[in-house]
Amino acid sequence: MIQVEVTVNGEARSAEVEPRLLLVHFLRDVCRLRATNVGCDTTSCGACTVLLDGVSVKSCTVLAAQADGHEVATVEGLAREGELHPVQAAFRAEHGLQCGFCTPGMVMASVGLLQANPHPTEEEIRIGLEGNLCRCTGYHNIVRAVLAAAEAEA
Amino acid sequence: MQPRGSILGTRVQRVEDPQLLTRGGVYTDDLVDDALASAVHVSFVRSPIAHARITSIDLTALRAAPGFVAAFTAEDLALPGARPMLATIDERFTRPILAAGTVRYVGEPVAIVVTEGYYQAEDVGELVDIEYDPLPPVVDPLAAGRDEVLLFPDVGTNTVCEFLPEHRDEQLFENCEVVVSSEIVNQRVAPAPLETRAAAASWGSDDRLTMWLPNQGAQTSQRALAALLGLDISRLRIVTPDVGGAFGAKFGADPEHAAVAWVARELARPARWSEQRYDNMLAMTHGRAQLQTVTIGGDRDGKLRAYRLDVVQDCGAYPAIGALLPSLTRMMAPGTYRFERVESAARCVVTNTTPIGAYRGAGRPEATAAVERAVDLFAAEIGMDPADVRRRNLLPAFAEPQENGSGALYDSGDYPAALELALSAAGYDDLRREQAERRERGDVRLLGIGLASYVEITGGGDEAGAPSENALIEVHPDGTATILTGTSPHGQGHATAWAMLASDELGIPIELITVRHGDTDLVPEGGGTGGSRSLQQGGAAVQQAARELADIARLRAADMLEANPDDLRIDRDRAAITVAGSPHVAVTLAELAGVERLFVRTVFTAPGATFPFGAHVAVVEVDTETGRPTLLRLISVDDAGVVLNPLLADGQRHGGLAQGAAQALFEEMVYDDDGNPLTATFADYAFPSAAELPMFQLETMETPTTYNPLGAKGLGEAGTIGSTPAVQNAVIDAVAHLGVRHIDMPTTSRRIWEAIQTATTNAEGRL
Ligand code: FES
Ligand code: FES
Repeated sequence: MIQVEVTVNGEARSAEVEPRLLLVHFLRDVCRLRATNVGCDTTSCGACTVLLDGVSVKSCTVLAAQADGHEVATVEGLAREGELHPVQAAFRAEHGLQCGFCTPGMVMASVGLLQANPHPTEEEIRIGLEGNLCRCTGYHNIVRAVLAAAEAEA
Repeated sequence: MQPRGSILGTRVQRVEDPQLLTRGGVYTDDLVDDALASAVHVSFVRSPIAHARITSIDLTALRAAPGFVAAFTAEDLALPGARPMLATIDERFTRPILAAGTVRYVGEPVAIVVTEGYYQAEDVGELVDIEYDPLPPVVDPLAAGRDEVLLFPDVGTNTVCEFLPEHRDEQLFENCEVVVSSEIVNQRVAPAPLETRAAAASWGSDDRLTMWLPNQGAQTSQRALAALLGLDISRLRIVTPDVGGAFGAKFGADPEHAAVAWVARELARPARWSEQRYDNMLAMTHGRAQLQTVTIGGDRDGKLRAYRLDVVQDCGAYPAIGALLPSLTRMMAPGTYRFERVESAARCVVTNTTPIGAYRGAGRPEATAAVERAVDLFAAEIGMDPADVRRRNLLPAFAEPQENGSGALYDSGDYPAALELALSAAGYDDLRREQAERRERGDVRLLGIGLASYVEITGGGDEAGAPSENALIEVHPDGTATILTGTSPHGQGHATAWAMLASDELGIPIELITVRHGDTDLVPEGGGTGGSRSLQQGGAAVQQAARELADIARLRAADMLEANPDDLRIDRDRAAITVAGSPHVAVTLAELAGVERLFVRTVFTAPGATFPFGAHVAVVEVDTETGRPTLLRLISVDDAGVVLNPLLADGQRHGGLAQGAAQALFEEMVYDDDGNPLTATFADYAFPSAAELPMFQLETMETPTTYNPLGAKGLGEAGTIGSTPAVQNAVIDAVAHLGVRHIDMPTTSRRIWEAIQTATTNAEGRL
């Protein structure tokens, strides 16, 4: 077992964990933050996307040990004082989610994308979200939501 | 104050979203419940071989492993298994919960391993030692039909059932000037909801099972699971957590679900299961999997006369819902066309592959794909524009129910209008011009334009008869209301839509209305969500319940206000009953509920299934040097009657369009000749991302049905049904001038490139 300390949504979390524990399971089972989902076993779907030091990563492919000493942001930490983050608000307004399973990862990937490129084109959004799969929406409204969020944050 | 306008037909944002966006849905694997404290973790050891005898299973190495709790094989289970769904199918095709003696597909569960945690399951799974004696596999359904290799030697045939016309018409194409025939593959695809299958089971001290299960209809799952476990349904409660997509594949209950319930009982501990994606791709039912032969005949002037569809349905290793699909395919065979004669037949066979179930559209996309390809083949043969062949042969608009000659009664439709709208929205003539220009200048990027006209069946009844659904509405003294519904949303937005319907009748704001579903103790009856039935039956039931509740409220208010009920009306601005002409005399619904519980349960029954329709146009670009297809545009007209919430309706259409286009261009569950699946991970299966799809262009058309007061037909599957052949036709159209007549789905770069090479070689040969 090893000791890790990770700042999750601004809060320090420390625990003794198995060295092989994945960050996504650290978040889900140690921190009890279960918005972040697991949709595959090949780093393909992005349902597990979170921000690690502000950059979006697939938390099924990061060990909790690798996050030791770093900052992790999940969708649970995004809204401020009951106000949806502009990306969350845009997903709602544009109906960018249906079953919601891909949503936490999709929202975090979008936040990461807009941080890197605040004014993306439709094409840049589509390529930027290539690693996040959604079976419900056909991506149409997800792309529109990210465009709208970029507009709103401008 | 003006009476407020109706919210029906407006883009109301979803009430579901704040939770899903901030804390995430609570899916089965996320559940925290006292009844599940210290649950064991269930996993399955699956067959790595498509067809084999199991010669030995050795669990000894396993027992010493850390975290090991128990392991079971078929011998331990003594459960009856899943019988075929059609009474006419030989019972010996029954699917066992765990393979007993013989494995019949890669992924079939052979043993159950129970551990304390899920990481331990991965450690110990490898310690199970199973020996197999391989049998020859049969993967190709046509080969299976020859019965040289039998999956069930006792039965003596791989043919599970056949659907034949009453008499074969040898003269079907007699008076046709032109007859074209082709074999078409409607390939096997994986439903692949983002949430895999899961379950959590807990037996109470009363020996009653509570089962949390991602599903599409708790009541159907309750019956299915009870049958698998040999239990009376009264001893089984299904609770439905949030469901991360289903697409037809989460109806009922699977053998693994029964196994989880059985383990919980056997060990007297709650048990949980959540499968990995690899298991999901191997063992959740797949969809489609039809080999079709289409024959179409007509005249050189474009008139269609006769059509024949022959289907071989691959059921996979056990006949599940797959065996029912061809009936729907046959029923919808003629589509939107006026043929003089239509004939269809189907044969269902078992193969050493994953069982086939429902997948978005379930039997209808296969019918549309066949007839829309056939019409294009006919158009190519006579050298006529495919739009003109369709114009010439579509059924004219009708408002009275009309037989389609294949056993369906179309309720209402205007197929020519849908086609014209799609063509004009696409700018069809301009597209054809651009296509010609590109061909002329020898552009390596060719343009293809594909059409599909479709009609489908939604909201059909079951064995029990006419389609119906129940709803219960209760208004509470605090002014809130609760709706109980027998539908089972998993992304469709019923919490919003049903609240809109109740709010529109009663004036209670939608934020104050809670919609509950999926708990069989709370809602003992219900048909769930599938077959695009929910709004037209479940929504209609909610509206009916709200109206009945308003009537009861008026009668009670009449007593209280000492007024004649005829003088009372509902004031939707205040959620109150008032006296006509003296609005200050009023009693709110909440006040009435404070005096006596105010609720109504009602059942809405429809006269029959409805038949939404539409037309799709796809525009693709094909790079002749690489064969690469790019979907540029997808224009859809989907007429599902009156739309309740365009935001939700558009979302359903987008999702369907994407899945349909994905079948046409990318997706296929591929097996090698030995029955090894080659696409069982998301790294191998061509699930499209945002980068492969365009924005969709949706056009609106609303032809009401008279079958329910909402005027609504089903919409959930429409997108998939029209887009698949539209996109496939577009790809073929791009290279049609080279002599290509058909390319099977998925129309991958390689297949297109090969088709171009073959056509070019043939053309050179002819010179
Ligand atoms: S769970 Fe699929 S990429 Fe992480
Ligand atoms: S909303 Fe269901 S997977 Fe994206």
